[in-house]
Amino acid sequence: MSAVPVPVDPVDRVTPPFGGFKAAIVRLEVRRLLRNRRTLVFTVLFPVFFFLIFGLNSSYASHRVGQGNESAFVMISMALYGAVLATSSGGAMVSVERLSGWSRQLRITPLQPAAYIAIKMATALVLGLAAVLAVYIVGILTHKPSMPVWLWVATGAALWIGSLLFAAFGLFVGYLLPSENVMQLIGFALMLFSFGGGLFIPLSQFSHPLRVLATYTPLYGLNQVVHFPLVQGTFDWTWAANLVAWLTLFTGGAIWRFRKDTARV
Amino acid sequence: MGSRAEGPGAAFSSPPAIELSGVRKHFGAVEAVRGLDLRVDPGEVVAFLGPNGAGKTTTIDMVLGLSEPSAGTVVVYGADPRDAVRKGLVSAVMQTGGLLKDLTVAETIAYTAHLFGGTRPVGEVMERAGITSIAGRLVGKCSGGEQQRLRFAMALLPDPELLLLDEPTQGMDVEGRRSFWAAIRHDAQAGRTILFATHYLEEADAYADRVVLVRKGEIVADGTAAEVKAMASGRTVRATLPRADEAALRSLPGVDHVEVRGVSVVVHCADSDAVARYLLTVTGAKDLEITTIGLEEAFVALTGSEGPARLSSPDHQGAGR
Repeated sequence: MSAVPVPVDPVDRVTPPFGGFKAAIVRLEVRRLLRNRRTLVFTVLFPVFFFLIFGLNSSYASHRVGQGNESAFVMISMALYGAVLATSSGGAMVSVERLSGWSRQLRITPLQPAAYIAIKMATALVLGLAAVLAVYIVGILTHKPSMPVWLWVATGAALWIGSLLFAAFGLFVGYLLPSENVMQLIGFALMLFSFGGGLFIPLSQFSHPLRVLATYTPLYGLNQVVHFPLVQGTFDWTWAANLVAWLTLFTGGAIWRFRKDTARV
Repeated sequence: MGSRAEGPGAAFSSPPAIELSGVRKHFGAVEAVRGLDLRVDPGEVVAFLGPNGAGKTTTIDMVLGLSEPSAGTVVVYGADPRDAVRKGLVSAVMQTGGLLKDLTVAETIAYTAHLFGGTRPVGEVMERAGITSIAGRLVGKCSGGEQQRLRFAMALLPDPELLLLDEPTQGMDVEGRRSFWAAIRHDAQAGRTILFATHYLEEADAYADRVVLVRKGEIVADGTAAEVKAMASGRTVRATLPRADEAALRSLPGVDHVEVRGVSVVVHCADSDAVARYLLTVTGAKDLEITTIGLEEAFVALTGSEGPARLSSPDHQGAGR
């Protein structure tokens, strides 16, 4: 108490390094996310649950797929589902933060807008990692998925990094829709994207027109790419085209809205 | 207002805390701030008094670098407002919002502390704002007054030279208000420059050394609380007098404002007898009427849309305390 502020020479004052980005802040953000039970259930428990249902079905789980089996294939799909749900939720946090005036509060601190986005992205990635690890660890415990060790690492890393695409999606939607319900909307959109990307049902079971339509949806390219090391065969460049197109759209949209939001008027 | 540069403030080697010159701000066709000139010296506690929509928040936003003036310049401690914010020279307690419900009080402080290059110790700041006992509470479960004290603690973290408070006690109960101002007052004694917006005259009177009265984006009066009160609590003499001699009226004792509206003249003064005597004996004034207005009414008259366009003010010399 009663500590008299020492007069500070304005010239002496320092601004924080990295525009205010700090690991300690990411830790606090992660703690916030973990406090939200709904987010945890949706991003970590649901994918695990789906894997247990679809990935262990004895009628096909042990069938060979490329360098592994069908169970491993499903495990990758579900980990991807969890990861994109996690990263888009992380990105969409900006919606609630704008609504509550927190973004405005941050603007009267030294935190640079780019550092704020970096904090959101890093937080999203931490939650995404939790989702991936949950599915993969349950996969190991069930002894069903089978593929070479390097493929566990490669597919896990690929889909984790790839899920950043949906951090951009979450940011874009979060900036676009200032609403408390943005999470529900994202959950619904990702459900549709997951069907379109072939995460839940193989696209070969779709009718022809639906199958063609599905190849244009945002999870299609990413899903094909992260399965490629397992499935092998020939790399289809339309997957990459899909991935790049959606990446451009989501990051472009997020940057556009972000610029609009932080502009001084 | 006027030539404040010649006041004792000019003797300070450090730049003024706030310097607004010809600041205008419009949103589309609406002019929220219409040519504001204001200089606040280090150490002053200034009330920015005016009704809702007077342009108080708009002005504070510009001082904080949240928005840019349409015309004119805003300088905070000799720097661009955004630089001043980045260096922690200026911080603010906003009206509402600006908090995350899913963090605890202590986590919110820790979060904010991490954003700055250097801060006062977290424990000290929480003690000063009186939130140590609720450190573990989720922000969403705090009362309005507790949230406001949390905002105050956050604003204290960078040990700012200048603290802006935008209607800080809005929606607080009497006790919350009292303890909030006690904390602010304690803080002001340490020499911090404080500018607070309020539409409560009593608040301005009780806590500020200087009151800047704004109406429709313009400063209508600027002086010590006592001066503004005296100005507001005088009497108004109104009469019909074509071709009134404004200069002669102004030179009468106790007259602080003369306004000629067509054939009628309105004189705001402390000594209405002298003015009435002059009007009735020296001039051909008719239909003379004298009105007394209370403090609150006077404030409304000064700041409301029906009030005089502009009140001259005692030239406030505004030295640092």
